[in-house]
Amino acid sequence: MTRKKRRGVLIAAALGVLGLAAALVLIAMEDSIVFFQSPSDVASKAMAPGKRFRLGGLVSEGSLQRGQGTQVRFAVTDNAHTVRVVYSGLLPDLFREGQGVVSEGALDASGVFVADTVLAKHDETYMPPEVAASLKEQGVWRGGSGKAVQKAP
Amino acid sequence: MIAETGHFALILALVVALAQMTLPLWGAWRDAPLLMRVATPAAQAQLGFVAIAFACLTVAYVTSDFSLQNVANNSHSAKPLIYKISGVWGNHEGSMVLWVLILALFGSAVASFGGKLPNRLRALVLACQGAIGFAFLTFIVIASNPFTRLSPAPFEGQGLNPILQDPALAFHPPLLYAGYVGFSMAFSFAVAALIDGKADAAWARWVRPWTVAAWMCLTLGVAMGSWWAYYELGWGGWWFWDPVENASFMPWLSGTALLHSALVMEKREGLKIWTILLAILTFSLSLMGTFLVRSGVLTSVHAFAVDPARGVFVLAIMGVFIGGALALYAWRAPLLRQGDLFAPISREGSLVLNNLLLTTACATVFIGTLYPLALESLTGAKISVGAPYFNATFVPLMIPLLIAVPFGPMLPWKRGDLAGAAQRLLLAALLAAAALIAVASFQGRGPWMAPVGVGIAIWLMAGSASEIGFRVKAFRAPWGEVARRAVNLPRAAYGTFLAHFGLGVMVLGIVATTAWRTETILAMKPGDEANLAGYRLVFKGVAPAQGPNYRELVGLFDVSQGASHVTRLAPSKRQYQARKMTTTEAGIYASWSGDLYTVLGDRLEDGGFSVRLYFNPLVRLIWIGALIMFAGGLASLSDRRLRIGAPRRAADAASAPAPAE
Repeated sequence: MTRKKRRGVLIAAALGVLGLAAALVLIAMEDSIVFFQSPSDVASKAMAPGKRFRLGGLVSEGSLQRGQGTQVRFAVTDNAHTVRVVYSGLLPDLFREGQGVVSEGALDASGVFVADTVLAKHDETYMPPEVAASLKEQGVWRGGSGKAVQKAP
Repeated sequence: MIAETGHFALILALVVALAQMTLPLWGAWRDAPLLMRVATPAAQAQLGFVAIAFACLTVAYVTSDFSLQNVANNSHSAKPLIYKISGVWGNHEGSMVLWVLILALFGSAVASFGGKLPNRLRALVLACQGAIGFAFLTFIVIASNPFTRLSPAPFEGQGLNPILQDPALAFHPPLLYAGYVGFSMAFSFAVAALIDGKADAAWARWVRPWTVAAWMCLTLGVAMGSWWAYYELGWGGWWFWDPVENASFMPWLSGTALLHSALVMEKREGLKIWTILLAILTFSLSLMGTFLVRSGVLTSVHAFAVDPARGVFVLAIMGVFIGGALALYAWRAPLLRQGDLFAPISREGSLVLNNLLLTTACATVFIGTLYPLALESLTGAKISVGAPYFNATFVPLMIPLLIAVPFGPMLPWKRGDLAGAAQRLLLAALLAAAALIAVASFQGRGPWMAPVGVGIAIWLMAGSASEIGFRVKAFRAPWGEVARRAVNLPRAAYGTFLAHFGLGVMVLGIVATTAWRTETILAMKPGDEANLAGYRLVFKGVAPAQGPNYRELVGLFDVSQGASHVTRLAPSKRQYQARKMTTTEAGIYASWSGDLYTVLGDRLEDGGFSVRLYFNPLVRLIWIGALIMFAGGLASLSDRRLRIGAPRRAADAASAPAPAE
């Protein structure tokens, strides 16, 4: 086998594998990408019920309610709009009212966000970048302290 | 005073790194041996100064010197000693010092043990190491100084983040960094080879042990991180395809590819240009891992609060090194002489396939991890790419690779015989098929991936064992001869066997726990019972307890199986006083068949507790497999060929300390 031929085989194999990988990536991207939405996005975009997305914002003060069994209800806000959330399961350790949260799930027909995951974090001052960005847009959060500040009048 | 000494030592290390970077390079340019020789003492001095700085920081932590901002923010006088020490690298500034310390260690190892390396090559390698050290020391001194004083000094520190106060996490960062930084050796050798315009088998024989050592550390580091996440976070999972996890997994994938392609280069002088590119890419991915974790640009469940300005600095360092190395590669790589020819069906061919699949898989992980970032900066849309993406892209690429693994060592160099190899693997194939059929009929209507996965795992284990069996003539020669052959077999062969066998063990654990885990979330009151995977759990209630620096609420579960009592589990919720932070401690019962995993949740309004129960079948095999792979690396490093450096004197290895020239 000559050098040229060997190179041909190599290139063909490489293109085959890369083609396969590209196809897999494109198919997977189609199905498994989840968009991030703030409560204001949810209000303005009229999200279809059943469409999965990530909801991020602050857990509104005084909104946490334990329902029956392991079900919990809370509300996520960016101080402009608020979305009610229902979640079955154990809340992460650093879940607190007034702090940033990201949860994944979909809206039901009545506009309540049914979450199947509430993302945990390791550090109470950590704010997921998307939440930080959307809160900054609303002027709610300045960064640094990790705590929300009152919206300027 | 100690802090000032440490700070001063860092600045001296910076100056020495500058000398280590420039003088040998200038010497290589002017062909002045004396200037090139400066590299050796410079590398050793750099290690000395960085070690002094690290020791000073450690002393500040152990003595709880809260006049240092870094110590005050991350330590507490009531912390057990081991966490005071691990607190040194449990924060951004300290971990960067550890990074540079490991870099200096590797650099001085080349300086001390590289006496037989050609002077020019050693000088160039050390200059490159010096450049990396210089960049990161500049970063530390300018943007992330661990020795900043605080005035007035507080009486008490804020404590280390409680979830980091854990034995596995005390050693996770040093191992991970040893892996990341270990690949800088391969990078520096690659850059030196490009500048020099030549790379031969001796070069590969030098690079391989470093790559193996780095790969071992990274394997253990990633496994330890996953083990920690499994038992400490209370989520019951062992891998989440989180950006921070992927950041450590990508260098592992490309490092594994490098390990195999360097083999071709060492034995056959083939794949030179590719191996050098892989060496550059692997270290680039390590730098990117450091950047992703330290900058916080991606949403991660493992992220800590970060300072974006520092991210930009690390990004700049990354840009200079990756860009510079790739430009050098584009310019100089065509000078390298091509290797020997080989047929597609051969040992070389199988290693090329290995590389192709590993790097492609690495690329899909890369795309999934960075696509959200790219999309956001281009269109502003914020998305996340989760586990479904990685399962749909990474897993299909791994299956052909895993099936091909046992064939590799069976094929001879240059030209192989696939039918012959298949014949020798017949027994392994039969075993795998039997396992597949047994699992499929036992499982009934479960996920189809499970029997296939178990079949692949058995195929890997039996296939890698067949290679050893074939080489020692097991069942075909008298036992005396088999034993003699087994003793004489090179350790590298055992290394290959262990690494591939460990991979099989790991695959078995992954498949079993993914396919057959059971999980329930319940609201339980004291006296309630739950049944899970044949176990009966009785919730006895909760009791408060006091630890050295936390208070906890412990739930008590009596576990029984049939009539016999098995164990008591005590998952707890800890409240750390220093940070007012709560952590979850899972209660885990480990048996051969799997882990019973209990998590205590919040108190409910009716006096009960929310409780999460899992049964994770065979989950421990994942980490046992990683340990076996690590042992494979050790066996490979202890091979005679590396110890005595045959056939060429110039190719001595790190494990044999030789006097410097």
